[in-house]
Amino acid sequence: MDARTTSPPTLQVRGLVKRFGGLTAVKNLSLDLRDGEILGLIGPNGSGKSTAMKSIMGIERPTAGDVVFQGENLAGLPAHKIARKGFGMVFQHSRPLNRQTVLENIMVALLPDSLLMLLPDKALIERAKWIAERVGLGAVMNRRPPTLPFADLRRLELAKAIARDPKIVLVDEPFAGLTLAEVGTFSELIRSFRDEGRAVLLVDHNVKSVAALVDRVLAMYLGEEIVTGRADEVMRNETVRRVYLGGALETHARPETSFKDQVPALEVKDLNVHYGKAQALENVSIHIHHGEFVSIVGLNGAGKTTLFNAISGFLAYGGDIVRDGEKLRGISPAKIARSGIVQCPETRELFGEMTVRENLDLGGQHLSDQERERQLTWLFELFPILKARQDQLAQTLSGGEQQMLAIGRALMMQPKILILDEPTLGLAPVILEQLSKALEKLRQTTPITVLLGEQNVTFALPHADRVYVLEHARIVWEGDPGRFAKEAGAGYL
Amino acid sequence: MTDFFKSRLFVISILVVAIAATLPLYASGYVLGLLTVAFYFGVFAMSWDLLFGFAGEVNFGPTFLIGVGAYTAGILNNLYGWSVYLCIFLGAMAAVVAGFVLALPALRLRGPYFGLTTLVAVLILQNFVVVFAGLTGGEIGLTIPDVITISANINYWIALGFMTISAAILFGLSQSPIGLVLQASGQDAVQAGALGFNIVKHKLFAFIVSAFFSGLSGALLVFYFGTASVGTVVDIAVGVNVIVAAVLGGRRTVLGGALGAIFLIVASEFLRPTGELATFIVSTVALLVVLFFPGGFLGAALSREART
Repeated sequence: MDARTTSPPTLQVRGLVKRFGGLTAVKNLSLDLRDGEILGLIGPNGSGKSTAMKSIMGIERPTAGDVVFQGENLAGLPAHKIARKGFGMVFQHSRPLNRQTVLENIMVALLPDSLLMLLPDKALIERAKWIAERVGLGAVMNRRPPTLPFADLRRLELAKAIARDPKIVLVDEPFAGLTLAEVGTFSELIRSFRDEGRAVLLVDHNVKSVAALVDRVLAMYLGEEIVTGRADEVMRNETVRRVYLGGALETHARPETSFKDQVPALEVKDLNVHYGKAQALENVSIHIHHGEFVSIVGLNGAGKTTLFNAISGFLAYGGDIVRDGEKLRGISPAKIARSGIVQCPETRELFGEMTVRENLDLGGQHLSDQERERQLTWLFELFPILKARQDQLAQTLSGGEQQMLAIGRALMMQPKILILDEPTLGLAPVILEQLSKALEKLRQTTPITVLLGEQNVTFALPHADRVYVLEHARIVWEGDPGRFAKEAGAGYL
Repeated sequence: MTDFFKSRLFVISILVVAIAATLPLYASGYVLGLLTVAFYFGVFAMSWDLLFGFAGEVNFGPTFLIGVGAYTAGILNNLYGWSVYLCIFLGAMAAVVAGFVLALPALRLRGPYFGLTTLVAVLILQNFVVVFAGLTGGEIGLTIPDVITISANINYWIALGFMTISAAILFGLSQSPIGLVLQASGQDAVQAGALGFNIVKHKLFAFIVSAFFSGLSGALLVFYFGTASVGTVVDIAVGVNVIVAAVLGGRRTVLGGALGAIFLIVASEFLRPTGELATFIVSTVALLVVLFFPGGFLGAALSREART
């Protein structure tokens, strides 16, 4: 192409492996990064991309592999040493020093790692001012972080990361929580880092959000590289399409007109939720009929979990959540759960030091002994593996078994509306198939209304009667799953 | 930093110290004695805040450092009759060494485990004092042959001067680049690491500084009392008082620790006529402040100033 491709890479990652106990989060990952290049590291939630980035930065110690920077292997060094070699990282969540001004916050990043500096020197203050101007914080540099809007806090993170003029800039989800206009400004900033000759590594969920910004994309799934290439090549790649969109989908949607209820089981009207200054949900409206199976499809950070937590009563919100014609506002999470809206959270929240049976019994605690036995028998038919594992501690189960137990515990509460938040997170394909079968059985044989939140479309579509697409805090598409790939699929890659 | 010399806090501090320095001219020996102890206590609390407020580490065992300093100074004086000042210096050094030996492994632990380690260290020291009674005086306490001076006025001025100098050093340190890095590592250790700061090194430094001032203050205190006992410089309850004083005065303010300590000691004394109720009342006030004004006395005042 040009000089970029012929010059030796500044950063060479070879055979990077990161294991957490029995889980291999990153498997044998290799990548090259050149000066003046932006590489996007893309993959669905749980694909290992963030772990890969942290392993490069030294925040996680790589289990194996080399991270060669300008000919020197840095793998195994602590983060502070790697940072001083010429690495800067932009964190997704910012925790600035609230009692110090923006300028002082930037100055912290410029300080030497020394116990001898008792007074900051003038040059340092000048440099901090220059950086503040550089990222667009010039007008607010004497204000304190708590008084700043969200986008400016993100700018502050950028400023800290580039403060010491790093050769390599790592950016974790550059656009999370930003409005469309702000995304444009931030893209410009990141592009300018590249034009100054820095090498930039971006981590994000999908190709689309960073396609306009990156020079190349490396797509990951289950800890491994799928393909590397230009953004449009990667979007055309068969494996990538299958990971994000699923292959040929078989759907069994029942048309919405077949649900005859006058009042929907659950109706969410103009829901707005804020986390501090970031808007997590914006005018979200959905409805679910009695007995319907509705999937909410959206990438990590789109707002699915926030929506579910609002329904379960964990969050303050604007707008209304109406169940069978009655508003849920002001009812405690415990009462909402007991009344039959049961959430099976993304994080599973099992009681790790209790046995499988104890976890299930807790779910069915309000049932009479006889009823509980009946529910258990039914549940063990749905998930036979749980019967075999009854006396085992929950924390010793595999990921897939833990997910089954989490769903099982929710089912023991005899839900009328079951909310499943990302049940496929981090699970291998073979487990997905088992879960998929169980969901199908649930849909065929019980009157339970199901609300499923997923980023894995292959898993979310086959059972769904209706699909909503949630993107950047808003519902952007609604329809039956058959039309999804044609109408919404392209935007989802 | 230069702004600080023009700030209201600085002017007020100078005024308060100046007025306090004139106290021996008209106050009773009883009041002076009370404040002398309070000033040493203030240094305990300020040293503790450097660790908690800035490095973000909860040291449940401030009396481990205080006790090592106090007993080392006392025992050396008792055994060898060395000069008071040498003993005080060696006491402070012993606290530094003990603090280093404790913190080096403990700082590798995360969350509550660091705090638990420091708590256990106090229990070990307490046990040591009781078991080696021949050396330490055991439960009866250690009698110390020398004192710095018997003049209540001079003792008061020494304590005031010591507290003022300690406050200036600790506060200056907290506002220096080192203090900023400490604060950053206390708030988000991962990010501070990624910014190129060796967290363990900075926290260890904070612990050693904290140990030095705690030990020095503990050593000075025993030479004021003329005795060292578990109940005054080692017991968990003493440590809890130090922590309460620091939190009451205001986390992350350093100077608040001195305010809190003086309040705690003076208030307990004023309420002495109420007998057992005194501790109860003071504890209740402390609890209310922590519950409703977690910023403490000085924290509330400073954040009001910051908003304007």
